[in-house]
Amino acid sequence: MQRRNFLVAAGAAFLAGCSEIGDTAWFAKLVEGAQGWHRGLHRALGGGRITMAPEYDRSAISPFFRGNGNQTVDSDEYRAAEAQGFANWRLSVSGLVDNPMALSMADIRALPQRTQVTRHDCVEGWSATGEWTGPQLSAILDAAGVQAEANFIVFRCADFFMRGPSNNRRRVDYYESCDMDDAMHPQTIVAHQLNGEALPTRNGAPLRMRLERQLGYKHPKYLTGIEVVASLEEINGGKGGYWEDIAGYQWYAGI
Amino acid sequence: MSAKPRKRHALSTRIWHWINAISLIVLFMSGLNISNAHRRLYWGNDGFAAADAWLEVPRFPGWMTIPDYYSLSAARDWHVLFSLVFGFGLLAFMIAAVVNGHMLRDVFARAREWRPGNIWIDIREHVKFNFEHGEGKYNILQKIAYASVILILLPLMIFTGMVMSPGMEAAWPWMTDLFGGRQSARSLHFIAAWLLFGFFVLHIVLVLVSGPIKQIRSMITGHEFEGTSDAEA
Repeated sequence: MQRRNFLVAAGAAFLAGCSEIGDTAWFAKLVEGAQGWHRGLHRALGGGRITMAPEYDRSAISPFFRGNGNQTVDSDEYRAAEAQGFANWRLSVSGLVDNPMALSMADIRALPQRTQVTRHDCVEGWSATGEWTGPQLSAILDAAGVQAEANFIVFRCADFFMRGPSNNRRRVDYYESCDMDDAMHPQTIVAHQLNGEALPTRNGAPLRMRLERQLGYKHPKYLTGIEVVASLEEINGGKGGYWEDIAGYQWYAGI
Repeated sequence: MSAKPRKRHALSTRIWHWINAISLIVLFMSGLNISNAHRRLYWGNDGFAAADAWLEVPRFPGWMTIPDYYSLSAARDWHVLFSLVFGFGLLAFMIAAVVNGHMLRDVFARAREWRPGNIWIDIREHVKFNFEHGEGKYNILQKIAYASVILILLPLMIFTGMVMSPGMEAAWPWMTDLFGGRQSARSLHFIAAWLLFGFFVLHIVLVLVSGPIKQIRSMITGHEFEGTSDAEA
């Protein structure tokens, strides 16, 4: 009986210890280091080539592509844009670029297009397959002329979450970011079509990013802006994304 | 006490045993937390609807998970960190075990040990709680158990985990096909985790009934004292 009490106490102490360790700064540093190791291994095991997410035949497409997170944008501006078929939607390209731009949907459709059938993996564990069409981000960045100090691309979005206690609700915008390696990757596209049709609202109409070598939360929806930056520290919570800032999700979501 | 200490476990085996034990506990418990984020399992490449699932697993309570409350991001932190400790630990142990002969000498079974008669005797001895039998360090049932874990289940955990990582998959896409798709790999990851849990329970029970102090001491110091039992130790 004593032995069992000891085991229960030891187990509880172990769990409490783990939770405490999980909140320390040195544990966060270790995890950051481990993420770097994973990312380094992912690139190294590719043997020097540009690693590509698998692409599938159209027959692999999921009959229904689930929408997760925000299923729409709860604002009058978005509802008005949606009613107009996104005719006046603009994608701004700003930051460390020679030619800042504001691309219309027609501009985006006029660029060379890439179509890819890929599997979308949510951090929660589920997967869905869809066919995405849009210009490569690299083509847009090349047209804008990325400056030498650029290290990251920040994706600005129209959608947001209301956070905080009921007497102090505040709006927190969704955003995401990636490094230049993922930004210039051939499969990184600004998608305006899913399965040959304009993007459904739940999947991010009219524009969403596809970063095929990372999990779903790195594919921001309702895209309004592309910002080229040297550092992520000054942007919003400083961790490079909405879920990274709000809930401590990993910035490198290739794991 | 004049008993002469005898070498039981190599230093590399002992270090790996404890690092691996900690890694597996952390990975299993953080894995149960991750499982709570989406409790359905599928076969094939994709799946998200209840109709596609072959199993919906229960929600695992806080006392079974790391951290002890639901947090997918924090559980992933533990999983991301300890997957490296576990993977490189296993690799180092395997290299050491091949080099020092442990793998071939103690883990691999000889042809004669596979005779049904020998296996039957071994089962009977186990039922009688007599564990000091068999010609080598380990008897045939131990060899089957250890070889299944070291050569099949542990590598299976690593490879199915790699398939689930989209960055890794882009480097080795053939591995996804090998397991029949990402969701199949996820299902196998879950099944193998519980088989390892089964081994863990059996392992602990057998250590407890075969002299826990002697067994744990030999896995720490590497020595075994001839003829001593827990009563003396």
